[in-house]
Amino acid sequence: MIRYILKRLVLMIPTILLTSLLIFWAMSLTGGDPVQTILPENATVEQQEALREEMGLNDPFFVQYFRYVGGIVTGNMGTSYVTGLDVFDTFMHRLPMTLALGGTAVIISVLISIPLGIWTALNQNTWKDTLGMVLALFGVSMPNFWLGLMLILIFSLGLGWLPSGGSDGIQYLILPALTVGLGLAALITRTTRSSMLDVIRQDYMTTAKAKGASFKRVIYRHGLRNAMIPIVTAIGMQFSLVMTGSALAETVFSWPGIGLLVVNSINKRDTPTVTGSIILCCILMALINLIVDIVYAYCDPRIKAQYSRKG
Amino acid sequence: MSKNVEHVNEPEVTAENLKQFKGRSMAQETVRRLMKNKGAIVGMIFLICLVIIAVVSGFIFDYDTQIIGLNPTEIYAKPGLAHPFGCDNMGRDILARIMYGARYSLTIGIGSVLIGLCIGLILGSLAGFYGGFIDNLVMRANDILYSIPNIMIAVVVVSIFGTSVASLLLSLCVTAATSFARISRAAVMQVRGQEFVESAYAMGLPTWKVILRHIIPNCLSPIIVQVTLAVGNNIIAASSLSFLGVGIPVPIPEWGAMLSDGRTYIRSAPWMCVFPGLAIMVTVLALNLMGDGLRDALDPKLKK
Repeated sequence: MIRYILKRLVLMIPTILLTSLLIFWAMSLTGGDPVQTILPENATVEQQEALREEMGLNDPFFVQYFRYVGGIVTGNMGTSYVTGLDVFDTFMHRLPMTLALGGTAVIISVLISIPLGIWTALNQNTWKDTLGMVLALFGVSMPNFWLGLMLILIFSLGLGWLPSGGSDGIQYLILPALTVGLGLAALITRTTRSSMLDVIRQDYMTTAKAKGASFKRVIYRHGLRNAMIPIVTAIGMQFSLVMTGSALAETVFSWPGIGLLVVNSINKRDTPTVTGSIILCCILMALINLIVDIVYAYCDPRIKAQYSRKG
Repeated sequence: MSKNVEHVNEPEVTAENLKQFKGRSMAQETVRRLMKNKGAIVGMIFLICLVIIAVVSGFIFDYDTQIIGLNPTEIYAKPGLAHPFGCDNMGRDILARIMYGARYSLTIGIGSVLIGLCIGLILGSLAGFYGGFIDNLVMRANDILYSIPNIMIAVVVVSIFGTSVASLLLSLCVTAATSFARISRAAVMQVRGQEFVESAYAMGLPTWKVILRHIIPNCLSPIIVQVTLAVGNNIIAASSLSFLGVGIPVPIPEWGAMLSDGRTYIRSAPWMCVFPGLAIMVTVLALNLMGDGLRDALDPKLKK
């Protein structure tokens, strides 16, 4: 298992190199001339040229790129044109906020969707099933950020229960996390239901019932555990959705995470921050995908055996 | 298990018996099953109406005055008889803007999926058909693109080409292409080994004809379902990007851009936020209903 994880980590390196090359190239095409952004408008040509030389902008593209990659390894990814702060530090400073938001959202969605999915599957083709599925269908069809706006309209402006934006405590986390979590819950409910429906019809469920196991034990121990693989896959697949959803929710609720950082940096044409944040996001996604794969192994001993065999 | 068991119970193959099977073609059978699904019908009717609205709104509204103009007397008009959905911060009728905006959402949703479908289908079926090096190349590239959240792809595309309908199309078709490549690869791999492919080869058809005529048509059902669902997803994605300011620029009445506008006025004119979002939701809902209906109709085995 440990060998498998190490192998995956090593395999991540070329992927990250390629991704960062792509992004670095795209951003260097477009970032405009940073010298113009940094220096005051009345700077002389000599001053501009000196700064360009100092920043290494006159070097060939690949020299610049490899210098940048070296920077990633040592945590030095340049400084923001706008704030003058270190990009890596800014990202790491903001990361916990996004992880808190995304994590809470995933927990909310799991708490809602798995019971709801099981409930609808157990009551297949009754009004309960229909109700659950209609709710889920609405959830999937709703733009996340609009749900956020509606939550603000109802709970902040209408009822005045929760703040509509900011980050000074747990009450500020509730609405953004609900915004991301409810959309996710709708997707996972659908997966849980169909996965449970598959499992319920299996022979081992009948066997479990026949040997006198209690209803709860049959459903949770024999049913849910076997239904978990597609569900974990669905949750794992949605992490890029969580990132996108968080960026939207962060914008709606002014939650100071990575999403808001990227969106603001784009609007201010702050190329180093945009480039750095996107590359770090990709590394983060690769790590999350690895964690999801490790979680599979714990859900399904067959996969674990496969990992160990491959080494 | 002797091979000489006589099949006593098998019915005689007669013209009468064959008719029973030949009665409906696969497509007819699918349509028949689809027509039984109320949700799919509702979704389809709504989408047809929406397409008509999108086309007609170009003729009944004057873009410069009614859609992007300024009408000082009607600013923040509440929803009522004259303006069912109210007016926005520039006194523009929100219903008119939503109707006009349908053109953008539909064009981008359908356009990006069709472009993505072409790219994904070609790359995916090549990867699935040939395997080996091509498969590795396509799928690794796919993995890389897949691991970048689509908002990031859009950011990169927009920073190269600026905000416009074209760059929004481009960034969304990348995401669509990756999912179509995955699906068509899996479908092609499943079909590739079957006898009818071998017999097509035996008839002397060139490879590209075998893929085009025999393999792809047999992989269509998961792809058709994915198309309807992807259009819905891309409509949401397009509006999200516009909302973040990396999609369609204001004052174009794209639904996401309208929401982005409305957000500032959520206290004074909440209807500016409510209705464009409802429009997105109902449209995507209709597409999802149709997609679910199509899935059940194309693959009755799934709907036990």
